[in-house]
Amino acid sequence: MTGQENANAPQSLPKVAPLLQFRNVWVEYGEKVVLERVNLEIPAGAFVSVVGPSGAGKSTFLRLILGQEAPSRGTVLFDGARMAAECGPDRGVVFQRYSVFPHLTVIGNVLFGLECAAAPVLGRLFGARRRAALAEADAMLDAVGLSSARDQYPAQLSGGMQQRLALAQALVKHPRVLLLDEPFGALDPGIRVDMHELVTGLWRDHGLTVVMVTHDIGEAFKLGTRVLAFDKRRHDPHAPQRYGATATYDVPLLRKTGDARMANVTQNTAGPAAASDHPAESA
Amino acid sequence: MTRLINLRPSRRGRIMAGAVPILILALTYALAAALRHADNPADKVLPTVGAMASALWRMATQVDPVSGQITLLADTVASLYRLGAGLALATATALTLGLLLGVLPLARAVLGPVITVIAVIPPIAVLPILFIALGLGEAAKIALIAIGIAPYMTRDLAAHVAGLPAEQFIKAQTLGANSWVVAIRVALPQMMPRLIETLRFSMGPAWVFLIAAEAIASDVGLGYRIFLVRRYLAMDIILPYVAWISLLAIAADALLQLASRKGFPWAQGAAR
Ligand SMILES: Nc1ncnc2c1ncn2[C@@H]1O[C@H](COP(=O)(O)OP(=O)(O)OP(=O)(O)O)[C@@H](O)[C@H]1O
Ligand SMILES: [Mg+2]
Repeated sequence: MTGQENANAPQSLPKVAPLLQFRNVWVEYGEKVVLERVNLEIPAGAFVSVVGPSGAGKSTFLRLILGQEAPSRGTVLFDGARMAAECGPDRGVVFQRYSVFPHLTVIGNVLFGLECAAAPVLGRLFGARRRAALAEADAMLDAVGLSSARDQYPAQLSGGMQQRLALAQALVKHPRVLLLDEPFGALDPGIRVDMHELVTGLWRDHGLTVVMVTHDIGEAFKLGTRVLAFDKRRHDPHAPQRYGATATYDVPLLRKTGDARMANVTQNTAGPAAASDHPAESA
Repeated sequence: MTRLINLRPSRRGRIMAGAVPILILALTYALAAALRHADNPADKVLPTVGAMASALWRMATQVDPVSGQITLLADTVASLYRLGAGLALATATALTLGLLLGVLPLARAVLGPVITVIAVIPPIAVLPILFIALGLGEAAKIALIAIGIAPYMTRDLAAHVAGLPAEQFIKAQTLGANSWVVAIRVALPQMMPRLIETLRFSMGPAWVFLIAAEAIASDVGLGYRIFLVRRYLAMDIILPYVAWISLLAIAADALLQLASRKGFPWAQGAAR
């Protein structure tokens, strides 16, 4: 959506700073280089799909945005400011598993985020404030189609319902970025399609910025406005840890123009300086 | 052919299969007692069932002229009070420390080694210290039970919290929870079913420490009574007392299990 807005905007308008900027970011664990020379920008409103072989550092990339981990070199800018190395409520996340709290009911899980913000000491709300929060949480449950399971515990829900709940739980906080790490990896194909519709709808309705890691290339192209592929550009057969992965392909997709055709495949073979990762500019 | 590992008795079969060894034990005892009494009617080592029943009846109904109380009742109340107080103290300690250690890596770094050291000290070895420091009254006995089981419970609970999926802690943070809210709303509730499990496992040691403390310095209590009447070789009192203690232990275990099932319905799916 923002991709289109930007594309239609006159060139003379001052450019809005991208929501996320990676400037020569490296992630190293001792000798082991996981990510190297990651240079890219993610504008607000984008739906970025991240693909790549196992161990390429996709989850690591997500953890950087989440603030769970800090880069060993380079900077990650969130909204123009250096990222604090701690997770905060402006970033929502859904993992493949364990995203919901097993000891809280469905409504309790959604309510939790609202209670945290409003009651930092007791962690609970009472009276009118609780009723207001409950109304908000119920509306969110309705949006993901879980109203009928309102008072059940996660263990009683199917895998798809648990992921719906995890989405509702994250979105009730109105995060700036929603991070999804293989959110549908454990679901069967039919339910996946339902979840695709749900996520696309939520992305559009809430004006979200989404970064989603997936192993399913079809899913990546179906949902994303842009597909990032992480892989190692160099490989030393004698020291596999020597080189890290980076965004080797950056594919902006023109969407909702009728046929969602691929446009302007950028292959970043020339190194970080040439990495033009702004779909709006290349469109 | 069905493998041995796949042979499962039905529900009724299981109950019957479980009753057989108990019946054999009871019959063996009755037979041995009868044989010894045929040899020597004054035998004290293996009292007959009738002798034990009448001794138990005496302990459970007659007021002791010295203490002015019904002996079995007074002993049971005294012992359960000590046990309950010791368990409560251990639970409070283990819950607080376990939460702290499980949630805060900093606390784990500071307190982890101390607790490991304390956990390896044999509790009975510190009993003299407790008697010296706290006197021979109730406090020392309660303290022995608490000291005996709290380190194990603490480490078990801390490990359980530390083992909760990291995703939950990340998720809670992205939902705006501070450390305190993570502790009381994410970690603490998920500790509770485990606390009951740990308590169940600690009941055995707790009884051991209780009876040891009562045997050494006390004037009332189940353990005290057993060690007192041992001087008169009163097996007709010791054996019913042991059976009574076992019954109390089984009842406590059943209560804890019931509490876990009723109190934490969300944990049931994961358990099975
Ligand atoms: N704390 C750590 N210490 C050392 N190595 C780590 C650490 N965390 C991750 N790695 C390594 O970083 C690499 C990338 O891990 P990451 O989880 O980001 O991969 P991924 O692309 O998400 O893989 P998958 O598709 O299997 O989920 C892996 O080789 C992993 O072993
Ligand atoms: Mg991963």
